[in-house]
Amino acid sequence: MVYRTRYITQGIAKVLIWLAALSTIGVMVLILFQVLAEGLPVLHLRFFLDSPKSMGREGGILPTIVGTFALTVVAILFATPLGVGTAIFLREYTRESRISRLIRFGTDCLAGVPSIIFGLFGFVFFVIYLNMGWSILSGGLTLAAMILPTIISTAEEAIKAIPPSYREVSYSLGGTRWQTVMHTILPSALPGICTGILLSVGRSIGETAAVILTAGSSLLMPTSLFSPIRTMSVHFYILAREGISLKMAYGTGAALILLVLLVNTVANWLLNRYIRRRA
Amino acid sequence: MLLLWLLPLLLAIPLVSGCQRERAGITVAGSTSVEPFAELLAEEYMSRHPHSHIYVQGGGSTAGIEAVRTRAANIGTSSRSLLPDEKDLYAITIAKDAIAIIVNPKNPIRDLSLDHVRQVFSGKIKDWGELGDPPHPIVLVSREEGSGTRESFQKFVMGQEEISLESLVQDSNGAIRQVVSNDPYAIGYISLGLVNEQVKALKISGVEPTVTNIERNKYTLVRPFLFVFNGEPEGEAKSFLEFVLSPAAQALLSKEGLVSVLKPSGR
Amino acid sequence: MEIREKVIEKLLLLIAFSSIAVLALITFFIFEQGLPLIWKIGPKAFILGQKWIPSKGLFGIFPMIVSSFLVTIGALALGIPLGLACTIFLCEWSPPAVGTVLRPAIQLLAAIPSVIYGFWGLIVLVPLVRNYLGGPGLSILSGSVILGFMILPTIISISEDSLKALPPTYKAGALAMGATHWQTIWRVMIPAARSGIVASIILGMGRAIGETMAMIMILGNAVKMPSSFLDSARTLTTNIGIEMGYASGAHREALFATGVILFVIIMLLNSLAIFLSRRRSS
Repeated sequence: MVYRTRYITQGIAKVLIWLAALSTIGVMVLILFQVLAEGLPVLHLRFFLDSPKSMGREGGILPTIVGTFALTVVAILFATPLGVGTAIFLREYTRESRISRLIRFGTDCLAGVPSIIFGLFGFVFFVIYLNMGWSILSGGLTLAAMILPTIISTAEEAIKAIPPSYREVSYSLGGTRWQTVMHTILPSALPGICTGILLSVGRSIGETAAVILTAGSSLLMPTSLFSPIRTMSVHFYILAREGISLKMAYGTGAALILLVLLVNTVANWLLNRYIRRRA
Repeated sequence: MLLLWLLPLLLAIPLVSGCQRERAGITVAGSTSVEPFAELLAEEYMSRHPHSHIYVQGGGSTAGIEAVRTRAANIGTSSRSLLPDEKDLYAITIAKDAIAIIVNPKNPIRDLSLDHVRQVFSGKIKDWGELGDPPHPIVLVSREEGSGTRESFQKFVMGQEEISLESLVQDSNGAIRQVVSNDPYAIGYISLGLVNEQVKALKISGVEPTVTNIERNKYTLVRPFLFVFNGEPEGEAKSFLEFVLSPAAQALLSKEGLVSVLKPSGR
Repeated sequence: MEIREKVIEKLLLLIAFSSIAVLALITFFIFEQGLPLIWKIGPKAFILGQKWIPSKGLFGIFPMIVSSFLVTIGALALGIPLGLACTIFLCEWSPPAVGTVLRPAIQLLAAIPSVIYGFWGLIVLVPLVRNYLGGPGLSILSGSVILGFMILPTIISISEDSLKALPPTYKAGALAMGATHWQTIWRVMIPAARSGIVASIILGMGRAIGETMAMIMILGNAVKMPSSFLDSARTLTTNIGIEMGYASGAHREALFATGVILFVIIMLLNSLAIFLSRRRSS
């Protein structure tokens, strides 16, 4: 009798788990499918190349694409040297100590700060205090702060994965620490670092709260780093809420999803290739 | 290689702190109610003057007025009249906008007295049954605190009473319209210019919110859309203002549902 | 050469402090903007006050704290069982081919912007709740469901790592003693991976409390204290998000003050998660 109950329990559990897993995947796919199904038909060349007309009811989303791109580039430009530098320092220049624990704690904490707080910070620090106004620069720097922890941890993982023998060979040939880093460590860690960058790009593209508060929401094509811009996700948010044009909203949403999908797929591919190389 | 990357960082910091925003063109900031219309006007203006740049921003009526005072913006937009301590600034009405009380098209109600509207929004009347509809709790939708539209609504309709804390809050007129168009039991207020076939605008004490009734001062829930300047308008700002007050621009605004300030009003 | 090395080392030390520096800056500015107001009205009045009416100078955020809490609990109520189920499914019960497709799929889902989730919630979930369960549809329930789905990838991926990190002897030993697969999972492996799973839940919780945009779209943002899951509500994050665009003066300071409280709560949660995960790996 006791034997039977165990197997009945297992049977029930198995069914429930399969159901749960499938329904989870199902709902997620549904969400994507809805936006893509309604939005893909809207995507044609003009959509990507035109500017919005008549309060966003017609036209395309070109300025938002440019804005998203500009913001991401600025963020990566500032976050990567800082992030990779931190990772190099942690892995190559110190051992576990009070300093390294403090740095890691700071990084982990930063990773947990919600985006609205970054938005508030970016607003009061970049927009007001440093007088940069609502601009690509303000938004990009705020985003840089947000993606810094991701870059640090992926760079660290990448550097950690390099076999000690690489370093030993370099040192034995008379290389200094910096030379070792520049000529051996970094090139080998590059795929991993790039993965981290790509993951951060994916995150930046979807970021909305912090961007609205720091980069503004102007629909004009930006003319300088100090121009305000509207990113694709902000545009999507505004369109969705205002009900100005559901068609355009779906289109922007579909474009957004495709972009994020693309970036993440490349990142995953890179990750797999990199892992396979190591193993 | 890394040093090459450190360079922009080191350069950026002194360059950027204390840097004034070098931007050709003018900034128009303020009320989110005015914003879409300002954008439309800017679009039209820039197509006629290809080398000008007009940046339109939201932020709210109060923020816009403040921005003009600190010269962060060239033109401030406001959907409410200036307060006494703002009277040192120069304001021009560029259009008039009415506040419409809207319900879902499926709602049988067509007319409410101002008194009833106040009681509904203050929470004293909680059920559509009390107003002659089939009974169902009323869902209130309002703008957020700080919004010029909310302040106008407060001034014209609520008077001394508070909008009920139970009311849903949305941060734009368009969003309110969305909610009301989807919920058969909702009631809200938006700019008349934004009313479309998705919602129904109520008559207030028998007066329908139309441009004619506004011009005849019969529909009184009307607020001015202002352009606010720090001193006399000059340069590009003046040029833009002149365009906005021109018949062509006013016709554009009328088409979008605002009331032109030009007399006689052509439609 | 030596000098160059020394300079580079010092430079890297400086760079390494960037994350601390940013954290410090954020803390400083948020507190600098928000604390004065909390002091002025008094922490008790601010945190326990039940009325948020900026036009009258009333800034009580207790309803927001309660709402944040309720929405998060709701999200966890959905996210933990589904997350654990999917984790177990991935680790133990799915054919390997399914796993290689599913894992990147889950990562992809984690990358979808929250506004998309919010939009779907608005178009599909809110009308469902309104028509079948009552209330305005824009409610804590809708918010919890969407949030639950948003934190699933976090819970799944970290829990999966924890399960995979278990020594194989745990599973082998239990099976060798005659336990069924399910008994092994439920009574041996999950409890063994407990601290990692708990860490993933806390991280998911942190993400849930910090979510803004999707919540503005779905929660309805009413200012009162919620009395049921079908009520509309406003969390700490949406309070900031929805009024920040317009606020000035004391109102703006109050929003920063809301940010201070939010920041403190999140920092406490995150420290807990970090502490737990450090303990696990040591």
